[in-house]
Amino acid sequence: MHMADALLSPAVGTTLWVGTVAVGGYASKKLKERIDDRMIPLMGVLGAFIFAAQMINITIPGTGSSGHLGGGMILAIILGPHAAFLVMASVLTVQALFFADGGLLALGCNIWNLGFYPCFLVYPLIYKPLIGDSHNSGRIIAVSLLSAIAALQLGAFSVVMETLLSGKSELPFGAFVLLMQPIHLAIGVIEGFVTAGVINYVLSARPELLESIAASRSHGAEISLRKVMITFVVLAVITGGALSWFASTHPDGLEWSIEKVTGKGELQEAEHGIARVLKGIQKKTAFLPGYNFKPEGNDPKKAETAPARPGIEVGTSVSGIVGAVIVLGMIVLIGVGIRSFRGRDA
Amino acid sequence: MTFDTLYFDIGRMDRLSYRETFVHRLDPRAKVIATILFLFTVISFPKYEIVALAPFFLYPVLLLTVGEIPVRFIIKKMIVVSPFAVFIGIFNPILDTRTAAVIFGVSLSAGWISFLSILLKFALTISAALLLIATTSFPGVCHALRRLGFPALFVSQLLFLYRYLFVLMEEAMRIVRAREMRSFGSRGTGMKVFVRLIGILFLRTMDRAERIYYAMLSRGFHGDIPSLKRSRIAFRDLAFMAITIAFLAVFRFLPITEGIGRVA
Repeated sequence: MHMADALLSPAVGTTLWVGTVAVGGYASKKLKERIDDRMIPLMGVLGAFIFAAQMINITIPGTGSSGHLGGGMILAIILGPHAAFLVMASVLTVQALFFADGGLLALGCNIWNLGFYPCFLVYPLIYKPLIGDSHNSGRIIAVSLLSAIAALQLGAFSVVMETLLSGKSELPFGAFVLLMQPIHLAIGVIEGFVTAGVINYVLSARPELLESIAASRSHGAEISLRKVMITFVVLAVITGGALSWFASTHPDGLEWSIEKVTGKGELQEAEHGIARVLKGIQKKTAFLPGYNFKPEGNDPKKAETAPARPGIEVGTSVSGIVGAVIVLGMIVLIGVGIRSFRGRDA
Repeated sequence: MTFDTLYFDIGRMDRLSYRETFVHRLDPRAKVIATILFLFTVISFPKYEIVALAPFFLYPVLLLTVGEIPVRFIIKKMIVVSPFAVFIGIFNPILDTRTAAVIFGVSLSAGWISFLSILLKFALTISAALLLIATTSFPGVCHALRRLGFPALFVSQLLFLYRYLFVLMEEAMRIVRAREMRSFGSRGTGMKVFVRLIGILFLRTMDRAERIYYAMLSRGFHGDIPSLKRSRIAFRDLAFMAITIAFLAVFRFLPITEGIGRVA
């Protein structure tokens, strides 16, 4: 499932974009150092292949619904992690631009969720060590299955975290996880079988093919376990820094979700937390005649906060909505005006 | 969404992007930056904001009309990708039932307001992204990214992907059609046949990649795809950027909509 712009906060969107750009830059640099020119058209065409393969649908056994190939894992196995990450990034970019699947700010999240995990986590930590040099078809099935499930679970969990940290959705952590993880378990199983099936098919039909790609993908481009661990430590530090910055600029989402995660905060407490934080923000932004429906409903602090937030008053709400209707009306008029003006021109 | 409509939609977006209007002639870099700023401004609004989002529809509407892009086409594409945002957002009215406002005697819960806010942001962000590509050719966007500092390898990857998308989709379409002619009901859509089809498509892709590579080699390819088109930032590009930024700043920080409503 693709993360959507509308559910994101700027802080989360930016953080994930920074992570994605960093990994993408690293992958391009690595590839550029040692790449065989042959790989460049191959990568491009394989990106198009993932698209085309998504057009062929499959009936999921037992349910009658249909699914298609995701592609991250299969690319990592064929092309190696660096190239696969770039191909996945390009596939998702085209999806974001042409189908608006997700959106441009969420693109950072989507590349991270669907590209980083399979290529830089699951492939070097699960697939590579478990498969070794084996061409045994049973082993390929088992390992692919495990890898695809792991990659999709990580991706799905990321979507949950990104949404919660953005604080635009009311879904509590537990329910959201219960919603996302099982669906992606099913998707992971299908993806794993398809990945293994295609790899096995290619191995039996054209065994030399995968080896020749493995030869053109450079020797140094493999990832060592140690490097992955070091990267992780660095990432953890960066994430910690970013999160604390995030916590200071946008406290309600984080506080709210952490309370859910730790299970300590009951709803009452959470509201209390939000209200307290809001008051702080209000003080800072009081010079703006802010417009906000932020519900202080049953909160005892209502009396204190109401004057600073005229938005709750009915009169203001009505004038706000009247204003919105007028503005939208004007925009429509401008649009129609330009269109008819153009029409006369042509 | 069936395969053929998806396919032709990409082609249609592509054709739209080669029109000659004021918006199309703007430098791709200016449009990419303006779009990103627009997206940031829209999603930076708090969770319960709806009224102040209204003026931002001016941006997509102007691009649509000046760029002569069919409205229905864009709306249809927006609806196709809406499920995830709607699916996650619809829980807000269910979970957040505190009364936030009473308007004309009808009480409105906070959840509905935040849900509406998600829908508005969805419409704004998605239409802005679609209009970027509908008014700028995809190669144009790629070269803009290149000049904005994206790695050359990634940009040529995008260009290749785009170039062969149409070719391979046609290939996949032929495969799907062949399968449909030989299967009745759900026969032949199971795992076994599916894996074979993907495998075949993969092998054909590999062969094609090899032919492409040799064809490129014979034309002097050495790892980079240069663009012959030189574009300069012109006055109109700077004016476009300046107006966009001013527009975004004014409507982000001043409560204009509410003011208009009060006067009226």
